[in-house]
Amino acid sequence: MSGGVDSSVAAALLLKKGYDVVGVTMCFNLPDHHRGEPRCCGASAITDARRVSALLGIRHYVLNFSREMENEVIADFIREYRGGRTPNPCVRCNEFIKFGALLKKAMALEADYLATGHYARIIKNGSYHLLKARDKKKDQSYFLYRFNQERLRRIIFPLGGYTKDAVKKLAKRMKLGVAEKKESQEICFIPRNYRIFLKERIRPSLFRPGRILDDKGNVIGTHQGIALYTIGQREGLGISCGCPVYVSDIDAADNIIRVSNRRGLYRRRFIVKDLVFPSGAPKHKRRLGVRVRYLTPEVSADLEPFKDKARVLLGEPVFAITPGQSAVFYDKERVVGGGVIEEVLD
Amino acid sequence: MRKRTVYLDHNATTPLHPEVKKTLIKSMKAFGNPSSLHKFGREARALVEKAREEIASFIGAQHEEIIFVGSGSEANNSVVNILYCPAWKGCVGQGGLAKKRRIITTKIEHPCVLESVACVEAAGIGVTYLEVDGYGKIKLEQFKEELGKGDVALVSVMMANNEIGTIQDIKGICEITHQHGALFHTDAVQAVGKLPVDVAELGVDYLSFSAHKIYGPKGIGCLYIRKGAPFCPFIRGGHQERGRRAGTENTLGIIGFAKAIQMRRLEMQAETRRLLSLKKRLRDGIVKNIADVSFNGHPEDSLAGTLNVSFAAAEGEAILLYLDMEGIAVSTGSACASGSLEPSHVLLAAGTPQEKAHGSIRISMGRDTTKDDMDYVIGRLTGVIRKVRGISSVQGDAKYE
Repeated sequence: MSGGVDSSVAAALLLKKGYDVVGVTMCFNLPDHHRGEPRCCGASAITDARRVSALLGIRHYVLNFSREMENEVIADFIREYRGGRTPNPCVRCNEFIKFGALLKKAMALEADYLATGHYARIIKNGSYHLLKARDKKKDQSYFLYRFNQERLRRIIFPLGGYTKDAVKKLAKRMKLGVAEKKESQEICFIPRNYRIFLKERIRPSLFRPGRILDDKGNVIGTHQGIALYTIGQREGLGISCGCPVYVSDIDAADNIIRVSNRRGLYRRRFIVKDLVFPSGAPKHKRRLGVRVRYLTPEVSADLEPFKDKARVLLGEPVFAITPGQSAVFYDKERVVGGGVIEEVLD
Repeated sequence: MRKRTVYLDHNATTPLHPEVKKTLIKSMKAFGNPSSLHKFGREARALVEKAREEIASFIGAQHEEIIFVGSGSEANNSVVNILYCPAWKGCVGQGGLAKKRRIITTKIEHPCVLESVACVEAAGIGVTYLEVDGYGKIKLEQFKEELGKGDVALVSVMMANNEIGTIQDIKGICEITHQHGALFHTDAVQAVGKLPVDVAELGVDYLSFSAHKIYGPKGIGCLYIRKGAPFCPFIRGGHQERGRRAGTENTLGIIGFAKAIQMRRLEMQAETRRLLSLKKRLRDGIVKNIADVSFNGHPEDSLAGTLNVSFAAAEGEAILLYLDMEGIAVSTGSACASGSLEPSHVLLAAGTPQEKAHGSIRISMGRDTTKDDMDYVIGRLTGVIRKVRGISSVQGDAKYE
C-alpha cells in the first residue's frame, strides 16, 4: 500500500468481500533528495498507508526490500543504460520485487494471496490468464506480463474491473481521504531525471564521449557517453542542422550514436528475448497485437518463435522501437506473453 | 497457553498510570490560562507551579531551573539550537566561549539529537560523533582527546540508550567536560523515573526528559537548564517559562506529568528490582529455548526493563510481524515514524554486524509486565523464531521463479 487511491481502494474492496487483509508498504530506503522523496515508498507514503490502514481497521506492516531493489532493479537499470539500451524498471520491479520477493515473503507469512492496486485482470479458465484492465486508459498489463501460472494463482488485482473514475468515486464514498492525491507516474528511485541519476551512480570516467553520425555516415556532433541517450530522443543532442533529428541507433560496441529525421525511426522488424508466456508459448508463427512501449497504441504483428527468442514483423511501421523496452503480445483482451526487445532490424 | 496481549514496548511509550488518569480527569475543569490575572488564571497557575515543584525536586533542581516543553525531542532540539542561534555569540561571548564552535555527541543518540546536530553542522558548526564500545559505552580516551582540542562548546551524551538500555557514566563524562570548559547536556528521556537522577549530583548543565515514558501523558516534556547556563528560546513570542519557551502552558499535561513523577517516587525502587528479575527470567528462557542468540547492550549498566536480543539468521521485521499476530508488541530497529527499516544505528555503532543487527528486537517491560507474560513470550518467541528462520531458507526457494 502506498497510501494512494488505488492501493487503498483495492484493500477496501477486498475487505468488503470478506478477506482478512493485511496492509504492507514496501520500504526501499531510497535517498531523500531534498525532501523530493519518492511518492510510492517515502516516509510520507508510509504515513499515508498507515493512516488508511487505521481507517480500514487492518494491520499494516512496513517491509524492507532495499537490498532487492538495489541488486535486481537499480543495478540492472544502470547496466542497461551503459549498454546503450533503455530499460523498463517497472517491469523488472514487478517481476523481482513486488511479485517476486514480496510475494515470497507474503506466502512465507502465511498469506493466501498478494493483492495490489494495479489495473489488470486475472481470470481462471482452465489455466490462469492475465487480461487487460477494463479501463483501457489505465491498463497496466504491459508491466505485468512476466508471471507464470504459479504466480498468477497467488495474485489478485481488485481494481481490474473498475475504471479509474469509479475507483476515485469509491475512495470518496468510503471517506478514505485519498481521492485527491497526486498520482505517481515517474520511476520511484529517480528523484529528478534519469540522466542526473546515472551521473550520480556511474563513475565520470565511464562516460566516454563519442561521435554522432547522420544517416549518411557524416560526423555531425559529439555525444557525452551513450548511457545518456535513448532512441527517439530529440532534445539535448547539441546539433543544429536545420531540421529536427532524432537518435535512431545507439551502438555501444563502437560508442557511436546515429541520428536521422523522424521518418528514419519508423521500423517494422525486431527481435525479442527473455520471453515469458504465462499460459504456454506459441510454437508457430502467430498474428497478435503488440505494444512496444507502455500506453502506445497496439499494432498487429506476426510473432515467429525461433530458439528461445522471437522475430516480430509489425503490420505497420512504429516510431522509435527501443531495445531494452518490453514488447507485450495480446490476443484481444488476453496477454499472451512478452519479452525484451533485443535488436531492431528495419 | 491461551492467546493474550502483552505490551513490551515501554521504551516507545507507556500506558497512563491509573493514578495519573484519575488526577487528569479530576483536573479537566481547570481551563484557565495560567498567564491570566483573574481567578481562573490564578487557579491554573497554582496547579502548574505545584507541579513544577514536584518535578523539579524529583531531579534535584530548583523550580526556576526547569521549563516545560512539548516533548523530549523538543527539549533536545532546544539545547542543540543554542549553538545555531545568533544570540549564542552574545551568551557565550560573555563566558569567553566565543571561539568555541564545536559540539561533541555520540553515534548512539536518539534521532532528535542526531538530526538537530546535523542541522547545526550544515550551518557551519563542527560536530564530532563519539564511538562506543561493544556494550554501547562511550570511549573516554577518544572523548578526552577531542575535548583537548579546546574548541568544544557543548557536549551531549544520552544517559540511558532507548534501544539497548546501556547507561553511561554521566557524572564522570560531565566532570571531564567541565574540566575543558564546555557545557554538558544529557538526554535523560529513558532515565528519569527509571533510575535515580539528581542534577546537582551529576553536575549537568542541561537535562531532557518526558512524561509519557513513565506513565504520564504524551505531549509534555521538560528541560532542566542549570541556573546561569546560557540559553536561547527555541520557540519565541511569549513570556511563559520566564521567556524561555513561548506558548500557553499545557496545564493538563503538566499536572499529569507531576502525578506520574509522584508515583515514580513511590514505585521506582521496587519496580526496578522486579523488572530485573523479569528480565533475567526472559533472558534465561530465551537462552534455554532458542539457539544462536546474543544480547546487546551492557550486562550490568543497563535499564532494568530493556532487553535487546539478536537472533542469527532471522529478520527483525518478520519477528515483529509474527509476534504481533500472537498479541505480543515489541519493536525493531529504531521504529521511527518514517518506518525506515535500516538496521539500528545504535547496534551498528556498537559494532554489531549488519546481519545480526537486522535480526534484533527490543523488548521493553514496564509496571504491568508479569512473570506469566514472560513465560508466554518465551513460548511464542520460540515458535516464531523457528518459523522465521524457516522463511530465510524460503528466500532461496525457486518455487515462484
